Amino acid sequence: MGRFRKSGKKSAPAISTASLPDIVFMLLFFFMISTSFRQTDKLVQVKLPAATENVKLERKDLTSYIYIGSPIPSKQAQYGTDSRIQLNDSYRTINEIRDFIASERESRSEQDRAEMTVAIKADENVRMGIITDVKQELRRCSALKIMYVARQK
Amino acid sequence: MAKKTPEINASSQADIAFLLLVFFLITTTMDVDKGLQRKLPPMPEENQQQDEVKINRRNIVVVKINAQDRIMVGSKPSDVSEIKDQIVEFLTNPNDDPNKPEKEVKFIKGLGNYAVSKGVVSLQNDKGTLYNTYIQVQNEIVRAINEIRDQFSTQHYGKKFAQLDEDHQKIVKEAVPQNISEAEPKDVKGKK
Repeated sequence: MGRFRKSGKKSAPAISTASLPDIVFMLLFFFMISTSFRQTDKLVQVKLPAATENVKLERKDLTSYIYIGSPIPSKQAQYGTDSRIQLNDSYRTINEIRDFIASERESRSEQDRAEMTVAIKADENVRMGIITDVKQELRRCSALKIMYVARQK
Repeated sequence: MAKKTPEINASSQADIAFLLLVFFLITTTMDVDKGLQRKLPPMPEENQQQDEVKINRRNIVVVKINAQDRIMVGSKPSDVSEIKDQIVEFLTNPNDDPNKPEKEVKFIKGLGNYAVSKGVVSLQNDKGTLYNTYIQVQNEIVRAINEIRDQFSTQHYGKKFAQLDEDHQKIVKEAVPQNISEAEPKDVKGKK
């Protein structure tokens, strides 16, 4: 037993690495939680309207987002300041909502399709004309569950 | 025996790690989206447009918002702060006013017969209406309905609606339905 110790040199003991996995796991969990998946680049400026009677959006995985607002400053030279619709990562027109909804539906499982919600994130200074057009288009695609996303007053 | 530097006790390091983990778990806010949930009416079929369900006139209150963001409830001009009370009075119809919505006695499971108001709030807006105003009005209408639900809950169960369990909430929802109709835009129909 003592044989090895005798032959060993005088040296500082190694730092215990037993807790390293804990730290790594901690970091892992932290990043897992703070990262939100499918983060799309915002191309429109959205300042949500405030409301008091908000309900939580359930089943985030079954939600498709439609952003409506004025283009971000760096894009204004190209697209102007008129309100535009953003689906996924690009500016789209009203007519493209149909394809967007169809592809969103396609990517969900059969039994979840009825539960799908379309969340409308529109700037508070948008005129209703564009919103109404979007709503009419959604009705045409029978995507009837919608939510007007608002911030808590 | 050689002189040995004492080893640092590392068994508590895991505890520290967990403490930090819990701290981050609590302080990190996942941005939960909140908002007003609505169900759009299905698009009427082309040939079905004629036989729409006729709702009795007295059962509808029309809330109109024009391009200047002025609000009208029924036939009177109104303000965002007044809408809630007007809607509550309209939907509950406490004095059985013949110009306010009729009530239909329905059997609700778990409650028995209850006179459910047939009132519908119809929201109409102009193309030029600000989205913000629209949401404010929507919010007020929901607030009115929530107030009626709260009243009903306290009356029957002695608790606020939000504190009831799921089964009771379902009953309350059935007794006080949220009938908001987002009308078709006027000019869309006009063009056809």
